[in-house]
Amino acid sequence: MSGFTTQELFAIFAMQGFSGLSLFCVFLLMALGLAIIFGQMGVINMAHGEFMTLGAYLTYLVSVQAATLGEWALDAYFPVAIAVAFLGAFMLGYLVERFMIRHLYQRPLDTLLATWGLGLILQQLFRSIFGPREKTVTMPDWLLGSYSATDMIDIPLNGLFILAITILLSVALLVLLYRSRWGTKVRATTQNRTMANAAGINTDRVDRLTFALGCGTAGVAGAAFTTIASTGPTSGGQYIVDTFLVVVFGGAASLFGTIVSAFGIAQSQSILSFFWSGSMAKVFTLLTVVVILMFRPQGLFASKVRR
Amino acid sequence: MTQQKTKFCPSGRQLLAALTLTALGCSAMLDSVQAGEKPSTEEVNTTGLAVTDDTVRVGILHSLTGTMAISETGSVQAEQLAIKQINEQGGVLGRQIEYIVEDGASDWPTFAEKARKLLEEDDVASVFGAWTSASRKAVLPVFEQNNGLLYYPTFYEGLEQSENVIYTGQEATQQILAALDWVAETHGAETFYLVGSDYIWPRTSMKIARTHIERDLGGEVVGEDYYPLGNTQFGSLINKIKLRKPDLVFAAVVGGSNVAWFKQLNAAGMTPERMPMLTISVTEDEVLGIGKQNVAGFWSSMKYFQSLDIPANNDFVAAFRAEYGEDAVIGDVTESAYLGPWLWKRAVEKAGSFDVSRVTAASAGLEWQEGLPHGYTRLMPNHHLSMRTRIGEWQPDGQARVIFESEIIEPNPFPEGY
Repeated sequence: MSGFTTQELFAIFAMQGFSGLSLFCVFLLMALGLAIIFGQMGVINMAHGEFMTLGAYLTYLVSVQAATLGEWALDAYFPVAIAVAFLGAFMLGYLVERFMIRHLYQRPLDTLLATWGLGLILQQLFRSIFGPREKTVTMPDWLLGSYSATDMIDIPLNGLFILAITILLSVALLVLLYRSRWGTKVRATTQNRTMANAAGINTDRVDRLTFALGCGTAGVAGAAFTTIASTGPTSGGQYIVDTFLVVVFGGAASLFGTIVSAFGIAQSQSILSFFWSGSMAKVFTLLTVVVILMFRPQGLFASKVRR
Repeated sequence: MTQQKTKFCPSGRQLLAALTLTALGCSAMLDSVQAGEKPSTEEVNTTGLAVTDDTVRVGILHSLTGTMAISETGSVQAEQLAIKQINEQGGVLGRQIEYIVEDGASDWPTFAEKARKLLEEDDVASVFGAWTSASRKAVLPVFEQNNGLLYYPTFYEGLEQSENVIYTGQEATQQILAALDWVAETHGAETFYLVGSDYIWPRTSMKIARTHIERDLGGEVVGEDYYPLGNTQFGSLINKIKLRKPDLVFAAVVGGSNVAWFKQLNAAGMTPERMPMLTISVTEDEVLGIGKQNVAGFWSSMKYFQSLDIPANNDFVAAFRAEYGEDAVIGDVTESAYLGPWLWKRAVEKAGSFDVSRVTAASAGLEWQEGLPHGYTRLMPNHHLSMRTRIGEWQPDGQARVIFESEIIEPNPFPEGY
């Protein structure tokens, strides 16, 4: 990296930091929902990406609806879209738990296959309903372009927007899990189902809501991703491996671990792909994670759970 | 997933399509056999193909489901449209074309299996299909064993030539060389940044581009990067490009990655004015997914754009829209797919036979001055097409304005020194 002025190097450093931060947001948004479902409930949900896709398509539908209403609606529709995406994915998640997942709690490997199948079914459903072509969500003007701090530094507005959503969502989930009555019930169920039942907690209901909440979170992630990536039947599937990686690496049952792990993986991948090609950066990141997991199979932050 | 279509009852829309086709028809009619003097079936079919006195059967083999369905749907539509139009003009050697659609399901072994079914059980006279290089490589041995005939529509990396395949898209040099020459000449580009998805087509294309830039143009490649298929994060790459400040970014990013790539370029303030970019992977089809607002001002190098103002193209666009709706768009590959049945028809009629060996022998040297949507075409002995390279600048309405048109470029699937 010789032949560049200090100012240029500083600018790139700042930009690079931000690009790692956006990747962090992407990882975290996806992983939050999974951390709840996989971390708290121990369900391996391979269809998680498709719940994200559902959120993205719902955002698309709201944007199409907004376009018919006029200019003002296009500027303002995004918060509505996020709410719709959450509710849609939440309700689907609720139904899936009710009719499929709850029969499989004792059989984790079957859950893996069943949710994988569910993912394929959803993908083909999206394809049949929306067509195989990617859809474009019309962006409100305030989400387009970038904020130019200096000549070299451009901070993408959609990146800032996603950062804001990520922070809000993380805080909301942390509060919900660790500061609310419902969160106490969820953690009680995770730690000892029989005792929780005996203490008068309706664990079936807790399971259902937890699963639905995780799915709803994926829906919000989907809505956010429409601003930076594609909306197609298989869009969600592209994130699933990274997402599991983040959750497992962070320590399955720890929401805090998920956050740290998302940050670590995102920054290292972003920095590595600056010096190497994108493919090599990915290989190296995966390799590092594998090596670390060999020495710490429980992940970075293992919470002490009695099973 | 088998679908047969034989009957044809003209509706208002189909009549309209037929009417708009007169120009196309005129050139093609000349060598079409007049009704009444139809050659006998024994004469035109000596190899046991599915040919009767009134019909001939062909196959369409594309992904209707799975990841690739997004790209291949347009090709299926174009092939069906061409077959329909040919039937309206009286068919081939007086026989109506029946077609069987098979689904390759974005899965290469499935492609091979379906190709075998089409050739061995259905005895089709030709197949229009395959899209990705991987699917073509999968079906190639099947076609060679059974002496089948495949019309392959996609622009691809070259390095292949088979007796049993007619390549109706560009091989890599036809897309790259003239376009880079143009950028170097008119925009004085000297430094280039090469970006691609990580698989054979972008890698081969970039290899050719790099050699051409360094050896023939005296330019410099300041960076070359590949990202895994499906990658959606380009922040670091964009920063690298900003730091290197190339005169031109030359890109071959595909699929969902492409959408993320353009969205993030725009978000990072990399407008076409600040960072000119020429891609070889964006057609009207991709623009739909990427979004018109994100792609405006960037350049694509193709042989065909929907906006081409050529009589044959105006007819083609009108017919396509009449068939598939006003919003339907036609990309380069869709047009290549449309060529397949027409090229086959001409070759069969020149050969006076459906026999694959005779048809391929008659194919070499076929020439179209006009009548095909992208203009002049010559089918060369190496089974590739001679055609022009064009550069289109994307407009806010999602269509391209052609800003450069090359001379006729002969196909060179095995470029030496690259």
